[in-house]
Amino acid sequence: MFTLFEQRLKSALLDVQQYVLLSVSALRGCVTRPFYFHDVVEQFDAIGVGSLTVVALTGLFTGAVLALQTGYTLDQFGARPLVGRLVSASMVKELGPVLTALMITGRVGSGIAAELGSMGVTDQLNALRALGTDPVRKLVVPRLLAGVAMVPVLTVVSDFLGIAGGWLVASVQLRVASSVYWSSITEGLVIEDAWMGLLKPFVLGFVIVTVGCHVGLGARGGTQGVGRATTKAVVVASVAVLAVDFFMTKLMVFVLYP
Amino acid sequence: METDASDDLAERPVTREEAFGPGSPVVVFDHVSLAFDEEVVLRDISFTLIKGHTKLILGASGAGKSTILKLILGLIKADRGVVWVNGERVDQLDEEGLMAVRADLGMVFQEGALFDSLTVRENVGYRLYEETPQPLDEVGKRVEGVLGFVGLSEYIDRMPSDLSGGQRRRVAIARAMVTKPRLLLYDEPTTGLDPITASTVDDEIVKLRDLENVTSIVVTHQLRDAFYIATHSAIPENGRVRIVPATREKAEEAEFIMLRDGLIIFEGTAAALRESADPYLRTFLS
Repeated sequence: MFTLFEQRLKSALLDVQQYVLLSVSALRGCVTRPFYFHDVVEQFDAIGVGSLTVVALTGLFTGAVLALQTGYTLDQFGARPLVGRLVSASMVKELGPVLTALMITGRVGSGIAAELGSMGVTDQLNALRALGTDPVRKLVVPRLLAGVAMVPVLTVVSDFLGIAGGWLVASVQLRVASSVYWSSITEGLVIEDAWMGLLKPFVLGFVIVTVGCHVGLGARGGTQGVGRATTKAVVVASVAVLAVDFFMTKLMVFVLYP
Repeated sequence: METDASDDLAERPVTREEAFGPGSPVVVFDHVSLAFDEEVVLRDISFTLIKGHTKLILGASGAGKSTILKLILGLIKADRGVVWVNGERVDQLDEEGLMAVRADLGMVFQEGALFDSLTVRENVGYRLYEETPQPLDEVGKRVEGVLGFVGLSEYIDRMPSDLSGGQRRRVAIARAMVTKPRLLLYDEPTTGLDPITASTVDDEIVKLRDLENVTSIVVTHQLRDAFYIATHSAIPENGRVRIVPATREKAEEAEFIMLRDGLIIFEGTAAALRESADPYLRTFLS
């Protein structure tokens, strides 16, 4: 029993080591040559533009349901007009970054793991090396840059559509005047909230892409292995997003709100 | 004191002139051993491949044949021993150094390993498009030339998924030879193909060796194809290429290596292999 635990622990530590080595390699690849600019642009399109619809819908419905739920709760305190403040604060500080990251994990994280995993099990990664291309520079670096740049942009889109979704529910269902809603949006926000909401997505984007790449590149065992890698990428990245969000929030509360 | 030629080569650096001149060693394995966890894959393997010659590595599945190719490419490192490729010790090089060695190698992977999101043109010209500053039209001409060599010119803009297994192997050969490498490695080039398609692939290997003067290592467990490559040669005739039975001298430039349990149990020509009395070899050949 102890041997099994020891084996599992060793395997987990090795996994973490390989992940860190890959991340360092990828970061180095962002600032040194060769740099595959064409692939970076392709990934910006695939990860950024490609995820726009799902992120927009996520934000819209999240903001709408938030307004719905909190509107009636605030009623008990005669504070229904404050629904805008609640929606904006929740979306910008927490729900926007986290839910956007989770949707991107499902869409992009799984896609990266599947694509790199398939390349690994069909020897395409070895073929790249044999042809003089470092797979980390060609495959990981473009995705990393796209993830870190596009997740914050998508988060902002999600935040805005969440607030807009909240407005739809507030004005139609809760009968809150639009002018009251929109002015309460900015009243409820301080600059520290914006910092929190905008810094988190950079780190979450990094986590989603690097976990997807690490798991994909390590896939073994044919199509079954690729399937396992895809599942593992989504599960590990999702949990990592939630954990990183918690620790980042704790750190930022300490730093930003003295 | 008499010493084996390969012992001398492992003890001192091979100079560039020796590495690239005729009769020079292109690949040297000296007492190479490798194990994956508890499983020993290669046990004290030593051999030398001379420029322009062919090594045909035979063995049962899991005998370590593909591992030898991966060691030459530097994709994995040996636990013990020395590996020389084109005058460089690949067992000591870092990834950057290995890229320079790989620039002079071509590898044809099992099943082709073509990049499935790129067209045949982009696959074949990959190294030239991505890793060299050559102008696009020059690269285009070279790609068309090598696809013509393997007889697949009309498939230049197709995707790999549109091709048959044999066509994919031939595109993989075209991709490997596009930069005119000194050494070509073939990993099970005809496994899974019907005999007629396999013969087409064998002809490409023979043509490349004899017309482009490429040193070759062919890893296979298909005896028919191994013997075909060893006993045939390509000659240009009236602007076309004819595949004919090889002369005795030519056939002696093709050597077989038989692997079993991580050891070399036979090293010699096709004729010597046929005449061997070893029971395992007789079973393998039957």
